[in-house]
Amino acid sequence: MKYLALVFYQEKIMAEMSQPQWDELNQECMQCVERLRKQSHFIDGNALESIETATTVRVRDGNVTVTDGPFAETKEQLAGYYLLDARDMNEAIQLAAKIPPARYGGVELRPVRELRLNDNSAGGKGKS
Amino acid sequence: METNGQNRIKQLYNESSRQILATLIRLLGDFDLAEECMHESFAVALKQWPEQGIPENPVAWLISTGRFKGIDQLRRKGRIIASENLDADISITTSVNLNDQQIRDDQLRLIFTCCHPSLSVEAQLALTLREVCGLTTEEIAQAFISKPATIAQRIVRAKNKIQKNNIPYEIPEAAQINERLRVVLQVIYLVFNEGYTSSTDTSHDQYHLTDVAVRLARKVVDLLPAAEAKGLLALMLLQDSRKRARVDENGDLVTLENQDRSQWNSLQIAEGCSLTLEALSQEEFGTYTLQAAIAAVHAEAPSSETTDWCQIEGLYEVLLRHEPSPVIELNYGVATAMCKGYEIGLEKIEAILARGELQNYRYAHAAKADLLRRLGKKKEAARSYRRALELTLQKKEKRYLEKRIAELSSNEKN
Repeated sequence: MKYLALVFYQEKIMAEMSQPQWDELNQECMQCVERLRKQSHFIDGNALESIETATTVRVRDGNVTVTDGPFAETKEQLAGYYLLDARDMNEAIQLAAKIPPARYGGVELRPVRELRLNDNSAGGKGKS
Repeated sequence: METNGQNRIKQLYNESSRQILATLIRLLGDFDLAEECMHESFAVALKQWPEQGIPENPVAWLISTGRFKGIDQLRRKGRIIASENLDADISITTSVNLNDQQIRDDQLRLIFTCCHPSLSVEAQLALTLREVCGLTTEEIAQAFISKPATIAQRIVRAKNKIQKNNIPYEIPEAAQINERLRVVLQVIYLVFNEGYTSSTDTSHDQYHLTDVAVRLARKVVDLLPAAEAKGLLALMLLQDSRKRARVDENGDLVTLENQDRSQWNSLQIAEGCSLTLEALSQEEFGTYTLQAAIAAVHAEAPSSETTDWCQIEGLYEVLLRHEPSPVIELNYGVATAMCKGYEIGLEKIEAILARGELQNYRYAHAAKADLLRRLGKKKEAARSYRRALELTLQKKEKRYLEKRIAELSSNEKN
């Protein structure tokens, strides 16, 4: 089963680290990816640039509006993601606990939803 | 003859329906289907047993009947939607395992799944009470002063999350079991406290939540005899043993010091004390066991004057090391006052209050007031009682504090 592990932390705390400290954490993340890849749990994943670089696109009535900044201002910011292959939620939790930034922020685990032609889950509960 | 069969079935339902459900969830891979089939198998029993006699192993009979009903349903659904329930199909073909150990393990699987840490605490509570304890949605709603619809929705959402996230129906592996047991015990203690704090409140009738919690803890101790499970069961038994003595005929709170100890339940005390000793002799005891040990020292004292406060102080010191918290530190301070002298204890409590974390904690001011009163500093004591009163919303506690303030001012006039 596929789980998306969304990594969140306070960018402020990361910015306060010294360059060697920050580099060390990044190296740890590279090792984490390597380990997950070897165990065949790693499907995909990337770290993201800071939220200063974020742009949000919305389409309303056919008009595209583009705004500077993330979708929502939150205390912790999305820092990266891992797409994991895990047997079940318990294994996913164990894998997520080893993602290094989990020590500073948090990792949100979400099961991946398959897009189907009919009977899609997670929506469509209104009257037709 | 017929009523005999029916009585036996009723008894089996009360004793074993949770066990049957737990195994059916594993065999059928679905909470709702398992519940439906469990009820169907009891319905079949009601029809067949009076005519054909009670089977040799009725629980196994009920499980296999429920399983067949479930497979039947899955097959019928399979005809409608061909590709669905592939996983369930696989489990159907595997042979059904019904030995006692498996059935016991299934109960633990159910408990650990209902108390899975990725469910919210509210969901864990509702799900555990419904699935593990067999309370109805209405009973749970009544106990938590909520609407049945809200509770029902919470349970549906929780089951959904279990399914969507593929939360496994498993006993956690050895490396995780202590952490996971901690969540289970927390749920049990929340159930107990909900029953305990509202049992003095006559405004709503409790669905015996304290009994439900004690029964559930017994089950956990039976299935997984870990030190902390025993410690929690002991703690709840010892707290519950004082139930009759802690409220007087007017419904007012009676402090431990003034309780009529002949009203304490000696059976619960005996069991609580022996469980505490058992837990303390195991390696991995923790905060529940230590709290039980403190309660046991109180319970074993024939009067409040003969309480071994110095032993209690020592236990609080260990507890504080296990779980550093200002509230435990406050209780430690009270124990010091009773063991080494009011002045020394008062100094400790004033130091805690000065740090600010407990500035709005009513019991901290009440504890300070109590020591001031014992030291004969009436005006200061009254001032602290008043501060505690300002912070109290519970009617019974308010009446207790008002009484104390009145006593102090009447003494002053004399």
